[in-house]
Amino acid sequence: MDKGTYRVKTGFAEMFKGGVIMDVTTPDQARIAENAGAVAVMALERVPADIRSQGGVARMADPSRIKAIQDTVSIPVMAKARIGHVAEARVLESLGVDFIDESEVLTPADPFHHIDKWQFAVPFVCGCRDLGEAARRIAEGAAMIRTKGEAGTGNVIEAVRHMRVLNGQIRRLQGLNYAELVSFAKEIGASAEILKLIAEQGRLPVVNFAAGGIATPADAALMRMLGCDGVFVGSGIFKSQDPEKRARAVVMACTHYEDAQLVAEVSAGLGEAMVGLSIDEIPEHERMQQR
Amino acid sequence: MTVGVLAVQGDVREHLAVLGALGVRAVPVLRPRDLASVAGVVLPGGESTAMWRIMSVGGLAEELRAALCGGLPAFGTCAGMVLLAQEITNWPERYFQLVDIAVERNATGPQQHSFEASVDAGELGELAALFIRAPLVRRVGKGVQVLGKLGTEPVWVRQGHLLAASFHPELAGDARVHQYFVNMCRKE
Repeated sequence: MDKGTYRVKTGFAEMFKGGVIMDVTTPDQARIAENAGAVAVMALERVPADIRSQGGVARMADPSRIKAIQDTVSIPVMAKARIGHVAEARVLESLGVDFIDESEVLTPADPFHHIDKWQFAVPFVCGCRDLGEAARRIAEGAAMIRTKGEAGTGNVIEAVRHMRVLNGQIRRLQGLNYAELVSFAKEIGASAEILKLIAEQGRLPVVNFAAGGIATPADAALMRMLGCDGVFVGSGIFKSQDPEKRARAVVMACTHYEDAQLVAEVSAGLGEAMVGLSIDEIPEHERMQQR
Repeated sequence: MTVGVLAVQGDVREHLAVLGALGVRAVPVLRPRDLASVAGVVLPGGESTAMWRIMSVGGLAEELRAALCGGLPAFGTCAGMVLLAQEITNWPERYFQLVDIAVERNATGPQQHSFEASVDAGELGELAALFIRAPLVRRVGKGVQVLGKLGTEPVWVRQGHLLAASFHPELAGDARVHQYFVNMCRKE
């Protein structure tokens, strides 16, 4: 019996496909997410919109908060560790968290490195803005990738940008011969071996979700149309007027993203969405995606 | 012959790929009308709670129940097994309740305890299998045949036209379980 193999980690991520993973900060929110049909919850101290507005150093959530959420729901519970913070990741693993998000939404802990994720039995998901970042995270052992987007903004443009860039680079990759691929690997700071695999499959070798700024059912549908396997919704649900209704609507739109009539039906009468932020209003050094 | 894969959520692509490699026309089932042309249906891995909620809107769950009760062969893996089970020992919700087994959801604990192992499938031999937050069978009813075991635990069962596995043959690169199901669909 082999536990925690890479195939078991990436295989688990395959089970999330077509689904919605929701940020929650309390057991009540976790229950709402599960009842709405979320495939997992992300247990957090504060949602990204609050991290953004309150400032300061954002860290791993209090273990008692994570445990309370684990005790409440039957679906997988994820939690965030700071980039490079091996000790936070070990704590989350010891808590029996099902997936760790090594996340730019928290304040980075290591200015040089990400976590060596091969050393863990628990799988990791990491953010990316382009193919180079995705390939580096996969080389470090990430079992799942997501776009970074710009978390806590309710503005989907950065998630769209990251997915468009990734798709374009994968298409370009497929037109290269091996010598060109090696040069391209050097150019984007990726391993040629991993790029070769991506070129052959025409997609990342792990599940790829959208994250960062998704606030409406149509946002979820848009990211699915761009080829994402599913979506993370952070502040978008519990910072809106009617979280239960919005959560159900995003779940339905994520599955039936090609059925515009259905997306219209579930989008009707949802009340106010979260207040959005224009990316231009955020100074460069406050953009989480740069981390 | 066309075999459907319930496509509301989960590892649909992997099941479609294994079925396709076996020479079967494999199609996603997303709306009630998608069931009209299929000779069998796979209920894939995923989250059973999410799958149930999504298919309960728009009549897919009802249509699927009617088809299964009418004899349409089905094969549930992991979450799919939970959907087919008569009883869930550690969860209040009930789904199709068509296979007389009691299952415990997420019986192996958090994801870090998920594992790869080989399943003893009698005359089919040893099967490569991934168990991912797997349901385990805690009771097997009289009309249920055990086709595969992990040690002494039943992990692959059949009741008439319905087949269910705790594990994921679609992720393990072993097509024999799917071949068994395709043969069942041909006979029905």
